[in-house]
Amino acid sequence: MKSRWLILVLIAAAIALPWGFYDWSHHRHDGFLISVLSQTGMMIVLALSYNMLLGQAGLFSLCHATFFGIGGYAMVHFLNAAGHDELPVPMEIMPLLAGLSGLGLAILFGAMATKQRATAFAMITLGIGELMATAALMFHHFFGGEGGVTTDRMIDNSVFGLTYASGIQVYYLIVAWTLIAVALMYFLTLTPLGRMANATRDNYERAQFIGYDPRMVRFIQFALSGFFAGIGGGLYAITYEIVTFDALAAPLSANALLMAYIGGTTVFGGPILGAILITLLQSGVSLLSNSWLVYVGVMFIGMVIFAPSGLAGIIQAHGPIQRAGRLGRLTVPYLRLVLPALALLLGFVGLVELMSFLTIGAAQGKKLILFGNPIDVHATVPWVVSSVSLVVGGTWLRFEAAVFHRVWERLSAEVSR
Amino acid sequence: MTALSLRDVRKNFGPTEIIRGVSLDIAPGERHCIIGPNGAGKTTCFNLISGRFPISSGEILLNDQRIDTLPPHKINRLGLSRSFQITSIFHRLSVFENLRCALLWSRGYRYSFWSPLWRQKALNEAAEHLLEELNLAARRDILAGLLSYAEQRALEIGMTIAGGASVILLDEPTAGMSNTETDYAMALIRRVTQGKTLLMVEHDMKVVFDLADTITVLVYGQVIASGPPEAVRANRAVQEAYLGALEE
Repeated sequence: MKSRWLILVLIAAAIALPWGFYDWSHHRHDGFLISVLSQTGMMIVLALSYNMLLGQAGLFSLCHATFFGIGGYAMVHFLNAAGHDELPVPMEIMPLLAGLSGLGLAILFGAMATKQRATAFAMITLGIGELMATAALMFHHFFGGEGGVTTDRMIDNSVFGLTYASGIQVYYLIVAWTLIAVALMYFLTLTPLGRMANATRDNYERAQFIGYDPRMVRFIQFALSGFFAGIGGGLYAITYEIVTFDALAAPLSANALLMAYIGGTTVFGGPILGAILITLLQSGVSLLSNSWLVYVGVMFIGMVIFAPSGLAGIIQAHGPIQRAGRLGRLTVPYLRLVLPALALLLGFVGLVELMSFLTIGAAQGKKLILFGNPIDVHATVPWVVSSVSLVVGGTWLRFEAAVFHRVWERLSAEVSR
Repeated sequence: MTALSLRDVRKNFGPTEIIRGVSLDIAPGERHCIIGPNGAGKTTCFNLISGRFPISSGEILLNDQRIDTLPPHKINRLGLSRSFQITSIFHRLSVFENLRCALLWSRGYRYSFWSPLWRQKALNEAAEHLLEELNLAARRDILAGLLSYAEQRALEIGMTIAGGASVILLDEPTAGMSNTETDYAMALIRRVTQGKTLLMVEHDMKVVFDLADTITVLVYGQVIASGPPEAVRANRAVQEAYLGALEE
């Protein structure tokens, strides 16, 4: 099995990566890298648990961050209690408590939401999300208002005698819990409940007529997905030692949706890809550009229109051709896409950045620098170059895409014969 | 004892009464066909019996137990299973998974999220056995949505009987099939419903008179005749209302 190798490679990379960037002369880890990797871990848990709803049960939830957030808030209070010697639980077990907090809240809200289907379900979850976001600002005792709640993760209680003072120790805790959560969520897809979640997604009525109450299936699935989201939130709290209402507000719910969808909801591992990609964009591109959200948004729309099965779906679609040993025949058509795609990208990014620097950038006193040359955003040339690049690239890409499409169709037909 | 009985069942949608006092008694093991012109309320009748819609008044009993107030999944658990006129399967699951799902509840798995399916030997063998019986073994791992129409119908019949229900409702199982496909489907239905009570809506008269022990003729939401095939064929009112119209 190829996917087994891929999993091993991913795990090995997750363990080894921090050491690849270790600063041996100062005996220091690369803090930025560790923080990006930690973030990736908790986002993988969030995206996968969201996909238990969207991809596996066909439930379009808009409040998934609620359970992530509650896991985070609960974790802060657990850690504080542990710090005062009131909660004798070792750090390694703590994320489980956060998960149980998520589970508890998901049982409550799931009982309300899963009575309804489709649009009504989405509406209820939207309401729940807003309700919780408001509650987070109103109930200072638990949520700490706008400033959030803070904690100190050095609770001096660890199975392995670790202090969790350094980011690398926390990172490995995150790796461990991410692996546990991913493995459990995968296991769930192989149980009667997991299979019936797929079944109620495909055909609600048929599920009833083989003896299942689809609402019960969805309720349990919803509750369990809240459990895993809670674990993710717990890891968040341990990492940042502060949880504010960002951890349960709508933008994070939207992020969960983006990651799951862009990665691919039809394949179990899809959301993992999505979480890695979005986190990298978030931490990488956001350093380079103010407009990184624009790119994520455009990418999302592009995926919805052109590749609704996401990145994993695209990869999966190559399976039959690859098994027939004809993947090589796609090389040239793919290469022919590169230039026009780059031109289109350059034109689009150019225009977005020019506009952004004309307004926000100017206010921040920044200068647009491309390939080491400062660009005058008020000159005509960069605007013309970008526009021409966008239009020419777009037109050219349409042509090449049609060529690619024809080759693809022919290959698929050959392979399926 | 009756396997299924309807007592003065009525159903109205708004002011229109669709089912106008239907009473039926079906004995265990009987093969009972409902015929009638389009819009007579045959499918509605099925929807009422299986709990898809609530009835407006009357009583429905399954093995002498009231079921007309129960939701569909509870009716199913009491031993009544149905198929749909428009194929109703899990189209994004494989053929094997479809059948396995249909077996789950009756084998007591309920909402288990702790028993891995791959280790349930008896369950998996039963699903494989069903595949063989339906002649779909070669299509085992194909998504159900990609099967041919006749294969999908066969799969649905398989899912309908999988749970071991004692009363089977089939809604036009041969609709849209060619003659050979119809013959094949009917042979399959005979085989898999051996010893069960069968209630079937069917338009193909050859099929009906071949299979049925009892035929009920439904016109405008009312039973105008019910009895053995010969008696129904000879019935004046039926000839006028239905069969005659067909033979013209």
